[in-house]
Amino acid sequence: MSGRFTIDGKIVAFTEGQTIIQAALAAGVYIPHLCYHPEFKPHGSCKLCTVKVDGRHTASCTMLAQADMVVESNTPALNDERRTLTQMLFVEGNHFCPSCEKSGDCKLQATAYELGMMSAHYDHFFPKRPVDASHPDVLLDFNRCILCSLCVRASRDVDRKNAFALCGRGIHTHLIVNAKSGRLADTDVTLQDKAVHVCPVGVFLRKDKGFNVPIGRRVFDLKPISAYVDASAAIEKE
Amino acid sequence: MSHQLETALHPSGLRRVAIDTVSRVEGHGKVTILLDERNQVQQVRLHIVEFRGFERFIQGRPYWEVPVMVQRLCGICPVSHHLAASKALDQVVGATRLTPTAEKIRRLMHYGQILQSHALHFFYLCSPDLLFGFDSEVSRRNIVGIAAAHPEIAKRGVLLRKFGQEVIRVTAGKRIHGTGSVPGGVNKSVTLEERELLLADIYQTVGWCRDAVRLIKELHAQNPALYKEFGVCRSNTMSLVGAEGELDFYHGSLRARDGNGGILFDAVDYCDYAQYIQEEVKPWSYMKFPFFTAFGKRNGWYKVGPLARVQNCDRIPTPLAEIERREFIDYCGGLPTHAPLAYHWARMIELLHAAETIKDLLHDDDILGDDLVRTGERATEGVGVIEAPRGTLIHHYRVDEDDLVTMCNLIVSTTHNNQAMNEAIRQVARRYLDGCEITEGLLNHIEVAIRCFDPCLSCATHALGQMPLAVELVDAAGVRLHALSRNGDGAVCQPCA
Repeated sequence: MSGRFTIDGKIVAFTEGQTIIQAALAAGVYIPHLCYHPEFKPHGSCKLCTVKVDGRHTASCTMLAQADMVVESNTPALNDERRTLTQMLFVEGNHFCPSCEKSGDCKLQATAYELGMMSAHYDHFFPKRPVDASHPDVLLDFNRCILCSLCVRASRDVDRKNAFALCGRGIHTHLIVNAKSGRLADTDVTLQDKAVHVCPVGVFLRKDKGFNVPIGRRVFDLKPISAYVDASAAIEKE
Repeated sequence: MSHQLETALHPSGLRRVAIDTVSRVEGHGKVTILLDERNQVQQVRLHIVEFRGFERFIQGRPYWEVPVMVQRLCGICPVSHHLAASKALDQVVGATRLTPTAEKIRRLMHYGQILQSHALHFFYLCSPDLLFGFDSEVSRRNIVGIAAAHPEIAKRGVLLRKFGQEVIRVTAGKRIHGTGSVPGGVNKSVTLEERELLLADIYQTVGWCRDAVRLIKELHAQNPALYKEFGVCRSNTMSLVGAEGELDFYHGSLRARDGNGGILFDAVDYCDYAQYIQEEVKPWSYMKFPFFTAFGKRNGWYKVGPLARVQNCDRIPTPLAEIERREFIDYCGGLPTHAPLAYHWARMIELLHAAETIKDLLHDDDILGDDLVRTGERATEGVGVIEAPRGTLIHHYRVDEDDLVTMCNLIVSTTHNNQAMNEAIRQVARRYLDGCEITEGLLNHIEVAIRCFDPCLSCATHALGQMPLAVELVDAAGVRLHALSRNGDGAVCQPCA
């Protein structure tokens, strides 16, 4: 089965089983998102991809496309809500873009630019999150985690290692390493793992390679995140 | 004599005059002056009132992040911190020798930095004092006033700075807080188009720098007594010099001279800086007071920066600047000058040298290369020293086996000049303020002396862990319930109620 629906007045075609965001991105219509990744089952946690379908809010990464839907996405009201969600992500972690090597290659930063976020607005939580530098090739900087669970899903579904998990509940939810010691060095994670490359922010860093791409040649220096059909693939290529 | 003015014998009952904040300098500082009932100066201090803390919060971060993070100390000369940190971490990654492209790109970046910072300091911050007079009308004593009265000078100042910023953008990725230098080398070289862009303006830039030297010489000639005698503070000096004793802003060994120009130490590997320099903490400032260990706190303090460098080196390795250096040395009678206003002359000679060096580097095809990074045997410690616009800049790091920084020590240029600035303003206060009715114009004399050193007060506040602090617990009615204070020596005590 296939069909058509409209998003912000534009007619978008879809095939059976496609979600709204899948059909929209395939048609070149950008919907802001962070936890969505085309290679993984949807998680529906970041809520940035929230759209209105026939007047009601829904996550476009989990809602299946249906014929004749009327979808609103790029509206001032929805973008205001997305900007607020993005600001909350910034203050919940420690996102210090000026010295972060993922600047220019970071989906959170690029999304904030896209949404016109000019300040964090809310008081920063300044959570205490020590880095895990125990692994010889990969450094984990938990300060930047936005709980998208992409590394959890990649390690479980692609790498088949189950090296990561989200632990705790509510505001106390945090990323952990699945090892008795809690240290990355005590897992079988390698530099080749999908989990190491799928992070949309700067939690997973390849050691000794920081800042090797000059300003002007980074993914989102070249064009804004809304101009990429698959921004995830672009940053993983780096 | 001026040493006596650091702390008044009986401060109670003295009248306090404060310059808060000192204007037309980078960062925040203030000066306090204590006067007795006859307006005799009893105490003068330059206070640094900001608190930063980079040395502490860099700990626990991965080493490759450091050159980008520490440059946030400053928006005027971030390249200096970027490169000093990179040089220290070159040692950590085992890059004992950079590729020719990497070294020349870094040099280009650094000389662009010197050019733009010196232009900013002379034209924007200091020329109003020098062209209008120290006690001229305050409303026009600024760059806008210069633009109105001397539009060509103002325009050249702006465009010289712009050119230096363009050199930085091409080599570091952006004009302020770029990422071009990485441990072991650089992440980009220069394209043919970028080189052409810079070459189009470099000859005019060199010409304008020659004119800037001419301008400061004319100012000296108009009032030689003022320029020779204002705020003189005799001291030792220190700077990096190249392998043959030449002026080199990027790399070299440490050389120090006494007040007469005699060598105190020379050809010192800067990695051994801690054997030669110590820092004293005083309870009234966040900025430390460095001194040469061998000569003690009282006699071991020293000056750095343009005046130290131009007099410390044996020669300048570009022809036009070398001619100017010789003329400057001859003007001073072959003996070192310790006049703060002579800093401006030396700074303009360096401005010219930076422009000439940029010209030479732009004609060197190595800057177009693609061999950018070297690594080798890993080490756990590195020291990087560079001549920043304001003077010698020292970065020292230790890195653990997991690649995280465990120790960071920064001795920035302005810190070296701390005692010299204090001595200079005491001389000026004694000479111009003693017994006088204090006016804005007279107080500006104090600021003029500080500006000579081109201090960057935001960079210079690093007394973390030892800074004096007073903490009070006060109830809602304002009654002090409890108090603790920490002295400059780190001792914690409970003050008397």
